[in-house]
Amino acid sequence: MAITPPTDRLWWKEPLSKTEITWISIAFAWSIIMFLAMIYWHMTGEQNLSNEAYRIKPEVFAAKAEAMVEQYQVGEEGDTGVPVVHPPPGSDVYLIARLWEWWPVLELEKGQSYRLHLSSMDWQHGFSLQPTNINIQVHPGYEMVLTITPNEAGEFGVVCNEYCGIGHHTMVGKIRVVE
Amino acid sequence: MAGTFASRICPDTGLRVDRNAEALIKANAVVAVVFLAIGGLFGLMVALTRWPGVHLLPDDLFYLVLTAHGADVLLFWIIFFEVAILYFASAILLNSRLATPRLGWLAFVLMLIGAIMANVAVLQGESSVMFTSYVPMKAAPHFYLGLILFAVGTLIACFIFFGTLVVARAEKTYEGSIPLVTFGALTAAIIAVFTLASGAIILIPTFLWSIGLISNIDPVMYKVIWWGMGHSSQQINVSAHVAVWYAIAAMLLGAKPLSEKVSRTAFLLYILFLQLASAHHLLVEPGISSSWKIFNTSYAIYLAVLGSMIHGMSVPGAIEAAQRRRGFTRGAFEWLRKAPWGNPAFSGMALSFVMFGFLGGISGVVLGTEQLNLLMHNTLYVPGHFHATVVAGTTLAFMAITYLVIPLIFRRDVILPTVAKLQPYVFGIGVGGISLFMMGAGTLGVARRHWDITFSDATMTFDYPGTAFLMMGLNGVFALLAALGGLMYVVVVVGSILFGKRRDETAAKERPVVALGGGAVAAYGSEGTIKLPGTITLVAVFFTVFVLYYFVNWKFLSEVWPLS
Repeated sequence: MAITPPTDRLWWKEPLSKTEITWISIAFAWSIIMFLAMIYWHMTGEQNLSNEAYRIKPEVFAAKAEAMVEQYQVGEEGDTGVPVVHPPPGSDVYLIARLWEWWPVLELEKGQSYRLHLSSMDWQHGFSLQPTNINIQVHPGYEMVLTITPNEAGEFGVVCNEYCGIGHHTMVGKIRVVE
Repeated sequence: MAGTFASRICPDTGLRVDRNAEALIKANAVVAVVFLAIGGLFGLMVALTRWPGVHLLPDDLFYLVLTAHGADVLLFWIIFFEVAILYFASAILLNSRLATPRLGWLAFVLMLIGAIMANVAVLQGESSVMFTSYVPMKAAPHFYLGLILFAVGTLIACFIFFGTLVVARAEKTYEGSIPLVTFGALTAAIIAVFTLASGAIILIPTFLWSIGLISNIDPVMYKVIWWGMGHSSQQINVSAHVAVWYAIAAMLLGAKPLSEKVSRTAFLLYILFLQLASAHHLLVEPGISSSWKIFNTSYAIYLAVLGSMIHGMSVPGAIEAAQRRRGFTRGAFEWLRKAPWGNPAFSGMALSFVMFGFLGGISGVVLGTEQLNLLMHNTLYVPGHFHATVVAGTTLAFMAITYLVIPLIFRRDVILPTVAKLQPYVFGIGVGGISLFMMGAGTLGVARRHWDITFSDATMTFDYPGTAFLMMGLNGVFALLAALGGLMYVVVVVGSILFGKRRDETAAKERPVVALGGGAVAAYGSEGTIKLPGTITLVAVFFTVFVLYYFVNWKFLSEVWPLS
């Protein structure tokens, strides 16, 4: 029994039954398939997270974002005072995460690629693009750079999904994708 | 036989029970249940707040209660109970005295002080940092100090377990190798040492940072090491509750593992590979390479998952073999139909096993796949997954074995048998619902740890689909059911310990709670002596669901914005 010492002291010398060895083989083969699936997706899939990241001071990142806003601002988001920027396709786009906002609002073109830079000014935040459901962690002191290609037009919410204090649930930003 | 120590002979099992071990098991188990009751109540308040139609708590209290919920149930309830299991699986199952019982009480006191200190810190309101306390968000110093004391106490308990194994071997209190259940507990204890070491490495500096002695803690490094504790400690739970499954099957049905070699090798895979799981929490972090993520998140090549898949066959296989020996041989499933479904120890174990595998296991692999994590990271899918593993899996398994601990260790009959009989079903269905609906809401993008998904106070908003709100409501309904099941458990446990009929030798004969001999399979349990068509069918169903669900998620992923 499982609560008494094994009848066979040398339990590691027990033979394996056919049923067991069959299941173990199938399970092991499946394990290898799942392992290879991740590598395969890096070679052929279109959704892979970038490995490009830098250490950066919050104020340096903020300065880059502000320079982008100055250059490409096209308006303000309603009466929120948050600038809306329309950077040219292929350019570097900065999104600041801070207590408790995503800054600025980005206007992107469908089917075009952008280098999106993400970093936090204070605590950790969670970049959660909805409803497409892409979720990326944003750290202070780290700048993550990824190439994104919006494949549908419309208005997308950027919800913060890493708890960041009492205003966490008010931290919502926008990315607008135009044709 | 060993030297003299204060002990009694258990009339139910014939085991020699060390009085010191018995007292420590009782103390740890009782405190565990107290924390389950407190933490469970907090959990209900969280679910009722996230139910959009109810929205019970204000925002600050919500985040406070959520922090306390995580610490009380995930750490304090489970680990106190695990310490009780360690003492049971060493001293009791091996007929031995417990090593250094005084240190056992020191461990207990340290853990209790630590747990209370952390609770006080959270309830004071300055430490609503969530269970994970990601830097640079800062909690009060005694929050970290409480966790450190708790960890030190647990570490001492692990070493008492190791010491007891040494004592039992030296004093020859058993023949041959240690039992499988003790082996499983040993796995849990070894993983616990690694886990607690990770905890110390990160929490001590964080404590020093909180009192101003260290200026900066790198947030990515913090997560790598913190999850060396946070995720690996879930692997302690897995090892412990798998050991509990085997123990219950053995005690109720006399089930013998199909193959000691296979089951023990599966535990060994846990020791060797589970520790890599810190990576599960780092799949969408900056500054960590894809190759590191792939290797670690898959436990090398899913070798720890392989261990679980092996237990997934061994546990029902052992039960089927035992039942067939008892004469339930008709068709593929008579053994299952005629299983003791009215015994809460059995039904709790069976539900725990099924939900851990189907809900917790499969969702865990999907969630831990490097690219698929993009779809789910920090959404409610994550708590959906771990409520299936830690609540439906671990907690339900621990509840189930409590129905054996009360008669065997507390020497009392379980009161309110009808309530006890229904309890695993009520709790199990409740938790199953919670897990499913949270996973569903997470698939629709709903954030975890979030007070208001209507964003009513926000300057910009986003509308989640109506289905998401429906899911959150259903989550609340099932949380009520789970809370009822939890209440039933607490009432039965506390009532039995205080008012249950005392068990003596007559009781052991008239109202047996264990059936040790009956169904044991002769020398070697599986093929050759017995066929297992039922188990093979169950495993085939599981595997089919697993493969289909896995690929469905890749399909989902292929539809989101291309990114590289």
